[in-house]
Amino acid sequence: MMLYFLCLVLFCVGLYGVLRKRNLVKIIVGLGIMEYAMNLFFVLLGYRFNGRAPIYAKDQEVLNMVDPLPQALVLTSIVIGLGVTALVISIAIRIYEKYGTFDITKIRKLKG
Amino acid sequence: MELHVLLIFMICAAIVAIEVKDLLSSVIAVGAVGFALCLAFLVLKAPDLAITQLVVEILCLIILIRATINKDLPLVIEGRWIFNTVSTLGFIAVFLLFSWLALKELPSFGEPTMAVVKKYLQEGVSKTGSVNIVTAVILDFRAYDTLGEATVLFTSVIGIMAILRRPGRKKRE
Repeated sequence: MMLYFLCLVLFCVGLYGVLRKRNLVKIIVGLGIMEYAMNLFFVLLGYRFNGRAPIYAKDQEVLNMVDPLPQALVLTSIVIGLGVTALVISIAIRIYEKYGTFDITKIRKLKG
Repeated sequence: MELHVLLIFMICAAIVAIEVKDLLSSVIAVGAVGFALCLAFLVLKAPDLAITQLVVEILCLIILIRATINKDLPLVIEGRWIFNTVSTLGFIAVFLLFSWLALKELPSFGEPTMAVVKKYLQEGVSKTGSVNIVTAVILDFRAYDTLGEATVLFTSVIGIMAILRRPGRKKRE
């Protein structure tokens, strides 16, 4: 319970960065922090006390493994997060070359 | 207990990453968050995730540093600063309050329901031949998800190439 709440606090730190900061790189960093928090939340949901990693071994037949399904989904999500970060950063680099700033209030021509 | 320490470290590093003025320091701090997440995956018994997170984190750091190097600009804070901060913090407080109420409905930490996964755990080796159940899930039981992941990844690569491409040379008259 406390761990879930701490994980959501981490999510909110990233949310504050996205909502409040005016630097494009800070906004991208906030997005990354939110993504980390959601991945961690999924893996926390599948944890079991005294569980083993979900890999079979010869001398251990017991089925007290942690939940492998959230781990498999988060594995997909981590790689997609890399693609998203790279795409957003390339857009930010282009905006910097065109406008000479990362400040989102100075980028006037994006407004309608 | 280790998880609490790691999570508090991650929250502190995230606050530093959001609040520090220098962009390069901000990127390094978010790298610290990512590596702490890698350690947390190891504590949570997810070694595949830890390896993937390590590689992805290093790639992300390289890309972010490429974007921020030599481009350090001071930010000017203008009016309505207090109003914006207070409204954002109020919104986050409401979000955390409702999440606290909603988290009570989840199964408590350390006792997952494991409704779907029991079948995968029992039949994983005989059906797929893989001793690692995570690999069995992503490459056999849910292979279409992995196909979609590869599609998304290649789409983002095409997008990056289209955005960062140098404009072609103009034809001379």
